Amino acid sequence: MTIVFNEETFRDDFTFRNSPVAIKRFPFPFHEDRYMYSVNIEPHVKTAPGSVYEHAFDVDEHYVAEMRDRELVLAEDPLRCQSLPHMELAGWDLLELIMTSKAEDYPDLFELYRDGDSWRWINRPLGIDDSFTFGDASTLPYGPMEYITRQTQGDFALLDQRDGNLWMDAGIVTTQADWSLDFDIGMNFFEWHGPVPLAHDMRVFERALKFLLNLQHGKPARRLNWTMTINPRLDTSPENYHKWGTDRATVTPENVGNLVHLRVELQTFWRLPRSNAIVFPIRCYLIKMDELVTVPKWAKRLHRVLKTLPPELIDYKGLSRYHGMTVEWLSRYDDGSPTSPGFFPDDWQDFQR
Amino acid sequence: MLVEGIKSRPVYGVLAPQPGLSHIIVAEGEGAEAVLRMAEAAPAGFFAKSHLIFVPRGGDRPDRADGLRALGAADFQSVGSPADAAAAVATLLRDAKMGTQVYVTGTEGLIGLVVQAAETAGIDHASIHTEHRGSMARRVQCVHCKGITENVTTQPVKCSHCGLTLLVRDHYSRRIGAFQGVCIDAEEPGTAPRPEELFK
Repeated sequence: MTIVFNEETFRDDFTFRNSPVAIKRFPFPFHEDRYMYSVNIEPHVKTAPGSVYEHAFDVDEHYVAEMRDRELVLAEDPLRCQSLPHMELAGWDLLELIMTSKAEDYPDLFELYRDGDSWRWINRPLGIDDSFTFGDASTLPYGPMEYITRQTQGDFALLDQRDGNLWMDAGIVTTQADWSLDFDIGMNFFEWHGPVPLAHDMRVFERALKFLLNLQHGKPARRLNWTMTINPRLDTSPENYHKWGTDRATVTPENVGNLVHLRVELQTFWRLPRSNAIVFPIRCYLIKMDELVTVPKWAKRLHRVLKTLPPELIDYKGLSRYHGMTVEWLSRYDDGSPTSPGFFPDDWQDFQR
Repeated sequence: MLVEGIKSRPVYGVLAPQPGLSHIIVAEGEGAEAVLRMAEAAPAGFFAKSHLIFVPRGGDRPDRADGLRALGAADFQSVGSPADAAAAVATLLRDAKMGTQVYVTGTEGLIGLVVQAAETAGIDHASIHTEHRGSMARRVQCVHCKGITENVTTQPVKCSHCGLTLLVRDHYSRRIGAFQGVCIDAEEPGTAPRPEELFK
């Protein structure tokens, strides 16, 4: 497989785009025509060749540009990457997990050579060739978590497990849907989910926590989450909300197709072997409405999902200003005919061939 | 962003004497009454193992300090501000025994600071007991500039550092000891509602 990496931006002139292939493999998050919270966790097994589920850590055409955007965010705000002192071992666990996975899944892009603790890591897309001593942070330019996540798409939270709870004690967060690592670091599972409406009363978090506390090494899990974003902006952080918030007021019935994006998070959960911590990668995929409606099934379904979305969720996801316009715009692509079950486009089988 | 019923919002209890080898008790203003009430249920010798720190509030009745002093704590200290109280707790905890219990009562701002100091010193949160008394004023951290605004009683409030008008969320960080403030008129600058007294 050869990936051609896009020259594109996620800020200022917003040149981000999805190729036809990237559209087809977009992780559309609705398997039916309505949406409500659920503990939609399933095993993270390699499935559906060509899809974002084919490999442990999906690398796609946006990789190089996303890593450049992360560099810009960190240069402006170093607090987006933090690790409490007891989390360094978990950082090495994570570095090992990503390096071994990527070298196995993408041998033409990444190579890893290990001789005891002497490791050599080659990252061709980013032009990196580093030799270092595993376990000795002084041999890397950054701590192990920061080093490897500057080379991996998605945000990462490292969760320490103690007292029957999970504690967000380290992370790197530059592509987040409106939460602050700097504020939430050190919080437990219930505290950092505090602002999410409805789900607490549904006991969603109790069940999710119970599942995660029992997560086993070698048996990762995954779920999808979603929201919407105006412009293909990766850094929709609360820190910069006063800078990007005005985007939401720029939507008009004419520009919905170009400005409004569905933002999907592929969240995975991995038990780490040495530290017994859990790593929680949150990988963000963006698709503008113009691109999404090239898949007729998704156009119909998203129209129906948005139309029936509970008001609390419209508010929480920050859609209030443009929700109505987007539903109206999508209605043009919905003839009311039934949609097929499942997430994938109707021509997915042809695409895989 | 305006979401009610956030679960990281601290839940305060009612102070009650806990088993322990030593006790650090911090009271601010009206919190003195919570300590006097706890004293009624305290076993003999409880205060002989206690260190009591009092933060008088402006306009406090002078007999509040006298009432606390009369409890016969091993050590009694009156300090000038919540920050001084947190610093005193941090100093005491440097040499604390295992099983030291920490009790804090007063405004949310004081509780936030002292709990943060105790957790930084490695005290398990299960050994920290809180009771809210007095003003509902909050410490607020601006998510944009990270500056802390003390004694916030209004919603929204102007950040005392960067000047943005902040919505005070119920989202609370024990590590920072503050509620989160987020720009309230980011989507349409200049449309912030007038501040109303909400946290009295």
